[in-house]
Amino acid sequence: MSGDVTNRGRVRPVITGLGAIAPTGNDVAAHWASARNGKSALGVISRFDSSGYPVRVAGEVRDFIAADHVPSRLLRETDPMTHFALVATRQALNDAGVNLADYSDLDLAVITANSSGGVEFGQQELQKLYQEGPHAVGAYMSIAWFYAATTGQLSIRYGMRGPCGVIVSEQAGGLDALGQARRVLARGTRMVLAGGTDASLSPYGLVCQLANGLLADGDQPDRVYLPFDSGAHGYVPGEGGAMFTVEDLSMARARGVPRIHGELVGYAATVDPRPGSGSEPGLRRAIEVALRDAGVTPGQVDVVFADGAGVPARDRQEAAAINAVFGSRGVPVTVPKTMTGRLYAGGAPLDVVTALLAIRDGEIPPTVNIADPTYAAELDLVRDRPRPAPVRTVLVLARGFGGFNAAVVLTAVD
Amino acid sequence: MSELTMDSLKAIMLRCSGVEEGVDLGGDIAGQEFRDLGYDSLAVLEMTSQIQREYQLEIPDEAIEELNSPGDVLRYVNDRLTPAA
Repeated sequence: MSGDVTNRGRVRPVITGLGAIAPTGNDVAAHWASARNGKSALGVISRFDSSGYPVRVAGEVRDFIAADHVPSRLLRETDPMTHFALVATRQALNDAGVNLADYSDLDLAVITANSSGGVEFGQQELQKLYQEGPHAVGAYMSIAWFYAATTGQLSIRYGMRGPCGVIVSEQAGGLDALGQARRVLARGTRMVLAGGTDASLSPYGLVCQLANGLLADGDQPDRVYLPFDSGAHGYVPGEGGAMFTVEDLSMARARGVPRIHGELVGYAATVDPRPGSGSEPGLRRAIEVALRDAGVTPGQVDVVFADGAGVPARDRQEAAAINAVFGSRGVPVTVPKTMTGRLYAGGAPLDVVTALLAIRDGEIPPTVNIADPTYAAELDLVRDRPRPAPVRTVLVLARGFGGFNAAVVLTAVD
Repeated sequence: MSELTMDSLKAIMLRCSGVEEGVDLGGDIAGQEFRDLGYDSLAVLEMTSQIQREYQLEIPDEAIEELNSPGDVLRYVNDRLTPAA
């Protein structure tokens, strides 16, 4: 019951379960085996004939057969973005050793991030509309495409009826979902399922993304997405994401949690000033506020998981923000998403998974394909090979199209 | 259009909405409520929409609300197909 919370308002949110569906692997272990070794999962889009599209390279989830995991009743009314989340959630709940029967439904909440919506499902129904007419459009279009669909389906499937929600702040959303999970825990919810997934690698999904003008052309998977490199010319899209169980430390221990992956000790979100205003972007402030929130000094941060936009102007902004807080080459920086592409709402949650495993194994996973680092004097970019290092405190950054910035600080729990 | 049989209806239900874990459509389901079979109002809407297209029949929303079991659907549809046959 929510009334049992003793530390109301002073929770210590810990991540106790991890689940991931990613281009680098369809569970946490497979993803980490690829990511720690710098094994890129980028390739020419295989899902459909992409030869006529300006963007050819992406990070596709491979060998994922939703029907192996999701009952057909649920499969028919959901988009792949939701299939990814359903499977990642099952993994996270197993990892956390949770017995949902021990909870009342109102003590459990679901907070996901979403950015693309169910575009593949939407495309299929739009095709029926223009080929066969309005009567051919299925009833499930009404629930499959929208941003909150994944949260809703998880809530129904797992009986989680506490303060649920969805956060839509493009790539920053996954961190904002963790921030919201913390708020919800502080108000008495016992466990939050948090994270985010997106699946936008359908023809319609890809065309929607082209509008932002930030995607990279080219068909050589290792020469396309090059954040902090002199060849940076945009990013490549990816799909998938990650889900977590988040609960208060004392409650997690009280129920005999198998393991605690890390604690969310700091979070901040800022919004960039109006374009053309000449004011400084909000990223530095997000970093500073998150560190202050965590009670962590820049010197205590062992590694920064950068947003790594791969767009020269945005890379410059991020390098400047990191440099302003940490000083030149003051902290190791890495961009594991060079191996997956940018997963939209799933990107930051996957980075959080990777960061927690870096803490567990004392190893910083590398940034790949960077041949000519632009900011070598300022950024200590971990390249090509994992770097062994004691990792206790990690800063994860994410920036979303439209001016969203978010930062979280994660630490090991003894 | 030939009559709607239970087998055709089950095929439509499976195609449109799949089947819930632990539910067996193989048995006698004519009198079972859709909600007990794992089909909510949206699933019934999807099913009736498909029937309307395949059987060229109009089923008004008020009638759909009264269709609570597969048996209800068979009776409703076949009553209205017969005069045209």
